[in-house]
Amino acid sequence: MKGSTLRYLVPLGIFIALAVLLFWGLKQDPHKVPSPLIGKPAPAFELESLTDPGKMIGSGILEGRLSLVNVWSSTCYACAQEHAMLERIAKEEQDLQIIGLDWMDPPEDATDPRPGLAYLARFGNPYRVILYDPDNKAGIDWGVYGTPETFLVDPQGIIRYKQIGPIDAQVWHNEILPIVNQYRPKG
Amino acid sequence: MPITRHLFAVALAAALAWGSAQAYTLEEFQFDNPAQEADFRTLIGKLRCLVCQNESLAASQADLAQDLRQEVYDLMRSGKSNAEIIDFLVSRYGDFVLYQPPVKPSTYLIWFGPFVLIAVGAFLLFRVLRQKGAEPEAEVSAADEARIDALLKAESGSGQDQ
Repeated sequence: MKGSTLRYLVPLGIFIALAVLLFWGLKQDPHKVPSPLIGKPAPAFELESLTDPGKMIGSGILEGRLSLVNVWSSTCYACAQEHAMLERIAKEEQDLQIIGLDWMDPPEDATDPRPGLAYLARFGNPYRVILYDPDNKAGIDWGVYGTPETFLVDPQGIIRYKQIGPIDAQVWHNEILPIVNQYRPKG
Repeated sequence: MPITRHLFAVALAAALAWGSAQAYTLEEFQFDNPAQEADFRTLIGKLRCLVCQNESLAASQADLAQDLRQEVYDLMRSGKSNAEIIDFLVSRYGDFVLYQPPVKPSTYLIWFGPFVLIAVGAFLLFRVLRQKGAEPEAEVSAADEARIDALLKAESGSGQDQ
C-alpha cells in the first residue's frame, strides 16, 4: 500500500512543480525586455531641441547630474498619464534633472510639424530640455522599443535603471527612488 | 478521396501564406544580387520584432520593425557582417532580439529541458514496464483452478456465437 501511494505522489509532485513554474511564467510580462545597458555608459547623442528648432543638444548635458531620460511621444496614451508624476518628481527632486526624448514623433501633416509641442502645452513640461528624435537616431542606441520608457543616469553618465512603462507613485517609491538615493550626489 | 484533396488545399494555402509572408516587406530595398537579398531575408528572419514579439523582423508591420529593417539594411550595405549586425542589435536590445534564443548557461533549461524530461519519462516508463513483466502471477488456489477449468470447458463446449 505504501509503495503504490508513493508511486502516485511522484507524478502529482511533478505536476504541481510544473504548474507552479507555468503560473510563475504567466505572471511575467514579456514586454518588459531587460536592458543590456544597465551599468554601461549612456550612449552618446546629438539631437535637435524640440522647443528650439536648430539648436543641437549633445550628451554632455547628462554629465555631472543625476538624470531621468524619459522617452515619450505625442501619440502615447500612457505617457500622458505618466506626465503628472514626472511634474511631481521634477518639483520634489531638485537634484534630479528630467531630460525628455520625443521619440519617433514626426509631423502628421504640414500644419503641425512638431506634434510634441502641442502635447507639452496640454500636459505640462517637467523637462529641462527635450530631444527631438523623429528618425530613431538616438532611440536605437538606447534600445528603445516603445513608450514610455525612462532611464536613470548617474552623474558619471552610467545607466543605472530602465523603467519600461509609465512611472507611477508605486514604481517611483519602490524601485526608482532607492536607486536615486544611491547615486544622489553627496553634499 | 476527399481527404487528400483537403490536404492538398491546406498545403497549397500554407505554401502561399509562407511565400507571401516572406516577400511583401522587401520591395523597398535594393540589392546588388539575389544572394545578398537572400542573406538579408535570412537575417531579418532571425531577429525578433520587439513590439509584436511573436513575429520576426521579416514579417512584422510595426513602425519599429520597419525602422529596424532599414537599420539592418543600412548596416549590411555598409559592409557589416551578419555577426556584426547581430552584435549591434544584441548590445542595444539584449538577447531577446534574437528570434531563436542563444545557447548560453542561462538558456540551457529551455534548450535541453524538454529532452531531459523525455529521457526521465522514458526511463520511468521502462522501469514500470519491466516491473510489470517481473511480477509473479497471482496465486490461485487449487479449488479455484478446478472451477476455472470447469467454466472454460463449459464455454467452449456450448458453441460460441461469434
